[in-house]
This record gives sequence, structure tokens and C-alpha cells, in this order.
Amino acid sequence: MRFAVLKFPGSSCDLDMFHAVNDIVKADVECVWHTEADLSLFDAVLIPTGAAYGDYLRPGALAKSSAVISQLHEFAASGKPILGVGNGFQILVEAGLLPGAFLMNKSLKFRSGQAKLVVQNAETSFTSGYEAEQEIALPFAHAYGNYCVNAETVTQLKDNKRIVFTYKDGNEDGSTEAIAGILNEQGNVLGMMPLPERAVEAIIGGTDGLPLFQSILKNGSEQHVSQA
Amino acid sequence: MSAKHEPTAQQIKEEKLYLQLGMTEEEYERACSMIGRLPNYTETGLFSAMWSEHCSYKSSKPILRKFPTEGARVLQGPGEGAGIVDIGDNQAVVFKLESHNSPSAIEPFIGAATGAGGIIRDVFSMGARPVALVNSMRFGDLTDERDRYLFEEAVAGIASYGNIIGIPTIAGEVQFDNSYSKRPLVNAMAVGLLNHEDIQKGVASGVGNTVMYVGAKTGRDGINGATMSSAEVKVEEKAELPVMQAGDPYLEKLLMEACLELVKSDALIGIQDMGAAGLTSSSAEMASKAGYGVEMNLDLVPQREEGMTPYEMMLSESQERMLVVVKQGREQEIIDLFTKYGLEAVAIGKVTDDKMLRLFHKGEVVAEVSADALAEDAPVYHKKSEEPAYFKEYQAMEDAEPSVESLKETLIALLQRPTIASKEWVYNQFDTQARTNTVVAPGSSSGVIRVRGTNKGLAMTADCNSRYIYLDPEMGGKIAVAEAARNLVCSGAEPIAATDCLNFGSPDKPEVFWQIEKSADGISEACSTLNAPIIGGNVSMSNEVNGVPVYPTPTIGMVGIVHNLVDVTTTVFKQAGDQIYLIGETATEFGGSELQQMLHGKISGKAPAIDLEVEARRQQELLSAIQGGLVQSATDLSEGGLAIALCEKAFGAGGLGADVKVTGSAVSALFSETQSRFLVTVKAENAKAFEREVASAVTIGVVTDTGKIVIKDEAGDSLIDGTVEEFQSAWKGAIPCLLNCEG
Repeated sequence: MRFAVLKFPGSSCDLDMFHAVNDIVKADVECVWHTEADLSLFDAVLIPTGAAYGDYLRPGALAKSSAVISQLHEFAASGKPILGVGNGFQILVEAGLLPGAFLMNKSLKFRSGQAKLVVQNAETSFTSGYEAEQEIALPFAHAYGNYCVNAETVTQLKDNKRIVFTYKDGNEDGSTEAIAGILNEQGNVLGMMPLPERAVEAIIGGTDGLPLFQSILKNGSEQHVSQA
Repeated sequence: MSAKHEPTAQQIKEEKLYLQLGMTEEEYERACSMIGRLPNYTETGLFSAMWSEHCSYKSSKPILRKFPTEGARVLQGPGEGAGIVDIGDNQAVVFKLESHNSPSAIEPFIGAATGAGGIIRDVFSMGARPVALVNSMRFGDLTDERDRYLFEEAVAGIASYGNIIGIPTIAGEVQFDNSYSKRPLVNAMAVGLLNHEDIQKGVASGVGNTVMYVGAKTGRDGINGATMSSAEVKVEEKAELPVMQAGDPYLEKLLMEACLELVKSDALIGIQDMGAAGLTSSSAEMASKAGYGVEMNLDLVPQREEGMTPYEMMLSESQERMLVVVKQGREQEIIDLFTKYGLEAVAIGKVTDDKMLRLFHKGEVVAEVSADALAEDAPVYHKKSEEPAYFKEYQAMEDAEPSVESLKETLIALLQRPTIASKEWVYNQFDTQARTNTVVAPGSSSGVIRVRGTNKGLAMTADCNSRYIYLDPEMGGKIAVAEAARNLVCSGAEPIAATDCLNFGSPDKPEVFWQIEKSADGISEACSTLNAPIIGGNVSMSNEVNGVPVYPTPTIGMVGIVHNLVDVTTTVFKQAGDQIYLIGETATEFGGSELQQMLHGKISGKAPAIDLEVEARRQQELLSAIQGGLVQSATDLSEGGLAIALCEKAFGAGGLGADVKVTGSAVSALFSETQSRFLVTVKAENAKAFEREVASAVTIGVVTDTGKIVIKDEAGDSLIDGTVEEFQSAWKGAIPCLLNCEG
């Protein structure tokens, strides 16, 4: 299974994602520049955090105009997994691959720290490595972490178990329904504000992010086998 | 020769217009005699910028020469963008601490942000990838609205730059004192890593080689910034200040990636940041350092605004620009490289052999000045130094113990002092974990990152207690260095080198110059004794408001190596039953202490004493105990003394507390700021081995699981008894409360 880490100008945490997958998960991974990417060569796309295009206009707003976004839509339609974390989540929302929008944190300040989360759906191809209702801790770092979505969409999200992670206590940034991560309708695009790639080694922030990558790898590889 | 509205050379002389540019009469005369004629407006601008304190260090050079700058690990000392120190495995660490005080006093968000941007460029211009940021800031005590504004905005500004560019901020310090009211100090340090073969220098050598301008376009922002930053802020006269340069971290991210790709190219001869005095300082310094000249055609400089004059282009401090010299004929490769990142790279000139800086504009020579005259041959002043009257008076005072009514209430009040209180409000605004190498984030003695691919780590810190320095600059200078080293040692690191940022008032005041001189003496001695050579730094003079200087604040940034990541040690308690040791005896020392300031509203007396030999021995003993795996947690005793350190060890320790017995007078035992002391916890089974390793360690109690902090005297009578929870909420809530409550 081959992972692509999709880089836009300003995607400053591409290497964090690369090292997590390459060094720890030990999967085949490559960083690809948005104008040079051929996503058809990959089995999964990871969109890292950082500040694509300097967060100008609003986070993710300029990245959605990149030519690679149409490839990303095709990739999503093909059913292969896409994970966007932090700014990557914001890009997926701006690109229309996930519903909702982001406001600035309730405090109106950039915030970083360790978030306590509840795995609300452990039956996705991203979260099968977790237990249902498992509490995990992942680092976060964002200024626009206040995920907003209307009541109608919340109902849809809930009905289809598309809310994957919620903030346990706090929800300090003010996200609707304490949402920390959501899936698309098909279940192959996950966006989340907490940063699992920063929690794959005990020495730097815990290992609670590791099962997420292992789930993608396991489910992706099994799919490969069943297709073969 | 110059634009119509510019004064002629004759007018500059007759109307003494050079004075407005910050040049003295003598300096103007010196410039005239060096070029053998009257300088035109552009040339006068070049001299005024290059001979400003910010660029020339004309007042501080004689002092900077005292610093020990050599050591077995030092690969590059002062004089380049940043110093470089070997860390083994063909790798080296590059770092420097720099001020952005004047801009931050005027426009704190932009000022602080561009400060971070400038120091990051200094590091990647050496060929190193910036891997961590550290900051050191000073503000008024937050009772004044303007000071609250300066604090909030400067923190947000410094955070925004680092967060967007994706470099983690892993350590820092903030102190509050009304000496800094309306004149904050914002010092930023960047730390980078490189392989030895990638080391770059800012040199323009090889006749015919091409001078290229890369990065953002030049605008009219920050003109005369170097001159301005060398002058004091007059609070009432803001209208006179020039337009501030604004930073763009996104552009810098692109520039950084492009430059780090460029340093791998054998076409590159030299590279330098266009920082203070922009195109002027980079071109003149690169030529002067290499012993060559530089010719530039200013028509080719990418410009953001129309009709810019040579003066404006040369003196602009627009951000995110670099000057590079590349081999003749290789220009297109460089252009292609920068185009990939959406950046401009333009050939604007060439290297010559005549050692002149020669500028063309619209077909005419608009400036022709010796590069050495601007750079190397700037005037050097031996300023008048005079011991201030207060010094003798304070030295004559006896060490006295303040009297307090309730020890517990005093402890809580100290925990709420913003200098001591939790800085979570600050560092929660920083991305501390980008690059996924942060082993110890802000909140411990120092920040630690691992060096990926090795088993090593780098610890870093910035420190300065300016109250001690005000009371006794030499002693205080020693303490600043010792404290920085102590913070590294407590994290399990061996200090390897230091950088300094000398923030002072006007050097024209003999008392201020005396403070500079004496503190430099203390710093030099401590750096020698503690084996931490100064590899670079920055001088920020004239930090004054309406003629009153801030406390002398020579901040020390220091980096250490963690030889094995298992040595990494943090402040907080680890487990109940561990023995608590105090290293070093306690004297009655309250001069400049937080308690003295809190009780009396001012400081007086002698600064705490320090014996550097004792300091060095204790640091070595503790480090070797840590490396021997004998230490569970470690912290040094600083502002607020033992009681504060004990609380900090319990905060965030998951319900652990302490049961401790102290000897001697209670107020001194709890709150004295005697130097060279540490508070350490050790597993019971390692107690004997630890005591053999650290001669002056005395067991004072035990870590408990009661969630309480209990301190008793020798007779067993309770001095302090309270829950960790109540102390912690006072400590954590203090800064948010000061910001939200009306002062």
C-alpha cells in the first residue's frame, strides 16, 4: 500500500506525517508537491497540517483552487482513503469533500495542547484499531479549530455514524456537538483537527495516534488482497 | 544625481541634515574624509545605517571583544548571521538570540513577528534548517492597559510567525516589571541544524560572480529601521516614526525552503539575510568580509512601489529578502529554483575587485563608497563609564530578611506574581510540537528536541534576572549565565555554547555604560568557567522611555547536548516515596528578589552572591548523577526560592505532593534566592548512590501521594500546609486574571 503526503506551498508539517508513516508505521510513503502529483499512483492520500498558502483568505481557501483538487475528488470517488488533519481537514472542507466550515477558536487565539477525545465510531477503515468509546489523547495546534455545521447536517452525521471523534471534556474551541473528526458519506474521507501523526512515539506525545495509521494500512492491504 | 526632492550634498552639510539620520557631526566629518568629498543623500543614508549601533556595534565592540568566543566545538563564532557549534556525527547546531524591541514597543504584533522572522533567516542563511524557537520577553507588570496590550499582541505576533512557518517554540521566559512599562523587550532565538559541509557564509567573492536578489519585493517599509532601533522611544512623539516593516511567515516559509535547496548547489558563493539596513548592510558586509567590491544596478531590484529612490531601496527593511552571490553563468539555475517556490530571483549586480560598493540607477552612478568604510571601518567608541551612586549605597546594605505575616499567604501571593505564575497562557499560543521532535515542551527548566536519526537531544533556554543585574551588574551577569546552564543541566544536558542579547539603556549615559561593562565582565567569567563560549549575539541599546532606561537585561540564550535521550529529566515529581534533595545551602539573600519587590514595591541591597567554582562543581555533579540514571526530577531554585520550586514540582504531577522539613529561619528557607541551588527527587533505592555523586545534597523530605504540600520547621511545627490544588489554581489563574480584570 502506497501513501501520498500531499504538499501545498506552506504545508509545514508534511515531514511529520512522512516520518510517522515511514519510520513508525513502516509503510511506503512519498511527499508529493501539489502541481506535480499523480494521485493515481497511490492507495491513500494524507493531507498534513501547517498553513497551506499561509492561511490567506481563510485556512484551506486557496488550496482548493489548486489543480490537484479535481484529482482528489476522483480519488475520493474511487473509494480509496483520504485523511486530512488540522489544516488538511480545513482543505477537505473547503474543497467540498466534507461538510461544514471553520471559525476562529472561541478564545480568538491560536491554541495548542493535548486534546482528550472519544472514538465515537470504531468501525471505520480509519478507526478499526480502536475500541468503541475508547478515550484517547492527541496533540492539537490550530487557530481555526471551531468546526461549525448546521443542525440538519448534524442529524445526517449522527444518523450515519459519521462523527468519528469528539472532544471529551473541554471543547474549548467551540465546535458544534464537540466534533473533532468526521467522515464523508462513503466513509473513505476522514477530516480531524487533532493530529494523530504527532502521537506515534512515546517520547514525543504518546502513541494514541498510531492505531489510526495502522487501521488505514490494515484495511487498505486487506482490500488489496481481496481485489487480487 | 539624486531625485529632485532629495537634498544636495551641500545642503546636507550646511543644514546638518545628517543629524536627522542619526549621525553625529564627528561621524559625518569622518565619512566625508573617508570618501574625500561630500557624500550625497544616498551615500549619507548608507553611512547612517551602517554606522548605527544596530549594524556597527560602535559603542559595544570594545565590550563584545571581552567575551570568550572559542572552544573545541565552535565552528563559527560571532560575525556571521549566527554562530555554529559541532554536536558530533558531522552535524552542528546553529543559533542566535536577537532583539526586536523598538518595533515591538510601537506595533507589538508586527514587531514581535518580524523579530522571529529575522532570526529565522539568520539561521537558514548559514545553511541550517531551523528546528526550534525560544523567546525571552519583558513587559510592565500588567497593571497598565498599554502594557497588557503590548504583552498580548507581542505574544500573538511571535506565535503567529512561528506557527505559520512551522517551527516549534519549545522554550522561553517572560518577566514582568514596571521598569519595562511601555518599553517591552522582545528577544527571539532560533536554533537550526546542519551537516558540516552545508555551512554557508555571507561573502561576495570572485570577480565577475553574480549578485542576486531573492525573495520578496522591496517596498518603502522600515526605511531607517536600523537607525530608529538605535534610538529611544519617545512615547509622545509617535508621529515621527517611519512606517514599520511587516513580516509574512508564508513568504518566509517559501524563501526558507528555496534557500535550503540553494545551499546544496555548488553554484552558491555566499548568502546573507537583508535584515537591519537591508540591501545596504548585506551588500557592504558581504563585500567587506570577502575583501572584494560589489556593483549593483538598482533599476533591477524588484520593487513593490513605484518611483522608489536609491535611498529608499537601499534603506528599506522590507522582510523576507536575501542577497546571494552565485558563480557567473549559473544564474538561470537559481532563477529556476526560486520560481518553483513562486519567488523572484534577479541578477542585480556583480562582484568587483576594487572593494567599492557602487550603485547605479537610471544609468548614473548614485553612490560609490568603500565597502570597508561602511562595514569594517565604522567608528568605535570607548564610552564613558561611571559607577552610579546607587551601587555603593546598595552594596553597603546588610542582607535583611523581610518580615511576613502569613507564610502560606505569602507563598500564594508569590505564585500569583506574573513573573512566577504559570506561562501557559503564553505557550499555549505556540505550536510546540511541529516537526515532531519535541521531547520537552515549554513549562520545564528548558525545552528539549531530539536530533532525528540519532539518540541525542538538544536542550535550550533563555534567561536573565535583570533585577540582580541592576543591583550588581557583574554578579548579575554571572547569575544570568549560571542560571541558563543550570536549566540545561536540570534537563539532562551538557551546556555547549551561548548567545547573548544585550538590552540596555543609552550607552551615552555613563551609568548605563558601566552596567554594560560590568555585566559583560560577569558574563565573560561565567561563560569561561562553565565552558559555554558566546558564539554570537545582538546588542539593543537605548531601551528607554522618556529618558529612563529599562533595567539592564543582557539575556543569555544557551544550548546543550543531551548525549542520550534517556537522560532527559523534567521538573515535576514522578512518584510517591521518592526522596527530595536540596543541593546547596541557603543564605539570607533577598536583594532583587521577587519577595522584596512584592513587599516593598522596589528593590534594593546586594544581589545574591555566586561562586562560579561552586556552581560549576554542582552542575557537573548533578549532570553526572542524571546521566547515571539516579535522578527522577530536577529543577533549579530561582525567583521565589525553595517554596516556589517545590510547588512547581507538584503542579501537573498527577496528585503527588510533598512532605518537607527545612532548617534555619523560615522566611529565608522558603523564599531566599540564594544561587547555585537545586531541588531534585531520587528513588529511595538510589539515595545512597546519589549522595555519593552529589556532595552537597541534603535530603529534606519525601514525595507523597496526598496531594498536599506540607513544609515544617526543625521542631516539626507547620510552616506551610495546603493542597497542591489551591496553590496550583493561584499559579495558573494569575496571568489570565491580570489580563481580564481591569487594572
